[in-house]
Amino acid sequence: MIRCEHIYKSFDGRTVLDDISIEFETGKTNLIIGRSGSGKTVLLKTLVGLHEPDSGNIYFDDTCYTSLSFAERKRIRKDVGMIFQGGALIDASTVYENVRLPLDLFTDSSEAEKRERVDFCLSRVELSNAHDLYPSELSGGMIKRVAIARAIVMNPRYLFCDEPNSGLDPQTSIVIDNLIHGITKEFGITTIINTHDMNSVMEIGEKIVYIHNGRKWWEGDKEGILFADNRELNDFVFASAMAKRAKSNIMR
Amino acid sequence: MLKIFELIGRYFILMGKVFSRPEKMSIYLRRVVFEIEALGVNSIGLTAIISVFIGAAITLQMSISLESPFIPQYLIGYATRETMTLEFSSTVVALILAGKVGSNIASEIGTMRITEQIDALEIMGINSASYLILPKIIATVLFFPFLTLLSMMIGIIGGYGIAFFTGIMVPADYVEGLLYSFVLWEVIYSLIKIAVFAFIITSISGFCGYYAKGNSLEVGRASTRAVVASSITIMIFNLILTQLLLT
Ligand SMILES: Nc1ncnc2c1ncn2[C@@H]1O[C@H](COP(=O)(O)OP(=O)(O)O)[C@@H](O)[C@H]1O
Ligand SMILES: [Mg+2]
Repeated sequence: MIRCEHIYKSFDGRTVLDDISIEFETGKTNLIIGRSGSGKTVLLKTLVGLHEPDSGNIYFDDTCYTSLSFAERKRIRKDVGMIFQGGALIDASTVYENVRLPLDLFTDSSEAEKRERVDFCLSRVELSNAHDLYPSELSGGMIKRVAIARAIVMNPRYLFCDEPNSGLDPQTSIVIDNLIHGITKEFGITTIINTHDMNSVMEIGEKIVYIHNGRKWWEGDKEGILFADNRELNDFVFASAMAKRAKSNIMR
Repeated sequence: MLKIFELIGRYFILMGKVFSRPEKMSIYLRRVVFEIEALGVNSIGLTAIISVFIGAAITLQMSISLESPFIPQYLIGYATRETMTLEFSSTVVALILAGKVGSNIASEIGTMRITEQIDALEIMGINSASYLILPKIIATVLFFPFLTLLSMMIGIIGGYGIAFFTGIMVPADYVEGLLYSFVLWEVIYSLIKIAVFAFIITSISGFCGYYAKGNSLEVGRASTRAVVASSITIMIFNLILTQLLLT
């Protein structure tokens, strides 16, 4: 479980996050949805500590993350995996080295154990024959897979994904969504996903939070979202044909 | 003015992060070796080419301006040696390396910043500043003195070459000048300078890249800033070190 309470964040006097309080549930795919520029990325980065909130508290289970020292935060970071919007793979390293890096730095595993763990993670994302390729040689979908493999290599308890299927074709998007969903269930991870894609919401959304202009406008589940009484949210949701169809199916 | 102080403050805070205890020594050592190759060994060619031409040019110029029956010819060799050891092979080579290595470091780290690779390292719990910048600092501080030594030798050879091939002076006189009143301390002074300059180039360029934000244009600007700032800092420290070490 990850909980944030009354988070405020502004850049150069412009408020980007305005009093956000949410509880994200363990073993579920929690979705933060909203239009581009609504503050999703800043919220996610604030939750993981890449941005400091101006005020407010963040809890990882029972630990108050915001009050921890630098060294104590590092311990929690070991339990955190994150998938960045562009993949953020280390350009100078191969796929294998990218996934292996955290093992090299933070474990005392033997060469064989590391190799085995990397192989396992890469095969879990169905990417078993790309070990020696560099990020520049990968397609968008492959980059996301490697990013997922790297994020899970240390057995995280919390997984953060920033627009995991942006820039992918609809088919690949579904594959990536399902991968993240499957991993969440398989390992009982608390997963938080940023997305503006209603297909993802309908596909894998369990708990959904709608952010608009840096404020939390709505939260609920994917059935609730179709019948929400909120004009901003309705505009967002029903810009997607799939959501329209889903609603009319239920109505019938 | 306030901004300069703020920048300097941020620079020292970053250096504090860079010089905190490394996560795992063996990984850092491997990276140092890699950076010696990338930043040092790969600069040998450029340093050698520029040094041989400058050595030749100095000898040529000196032999033209010192063309007088009252001035002993060996002074040309002496002047070439002094110019190379005291100033060219340390300060000028450092300025050239600031252009080559500094812009390389700033753009590499800057790109890692804007593509969130640095965030990704931080999330893993890695001290990204130290992981990215420290191996480069160690590699350049260790290796650039070799470039300076190399530059001195090749510059002097360049001078000999021009004397030999053009016949503008007697090569034996040139060699006599090279050995005339040789002070080892001048070489050491140069090596100390280049080690300091290596630190300046790498840390300032790392700083400029690490705090790049925005898009590819900003990476370009960061790398320009890195070259300008490290060049100016080198000039200032050249004076300070000369005052401290030679007088
Ligand atoms: N580091 C930053 N400095 C200043 N402003 C920022 C920064 N990061 C994000 N913003 C601003 O915060 C707002 C929300 O951005 P973001 O969270 O990236 O939106 P999105 O919901 O598309 O992920 C945007 O208006 C953006 O300009
Ligand atoms: Mg975003």
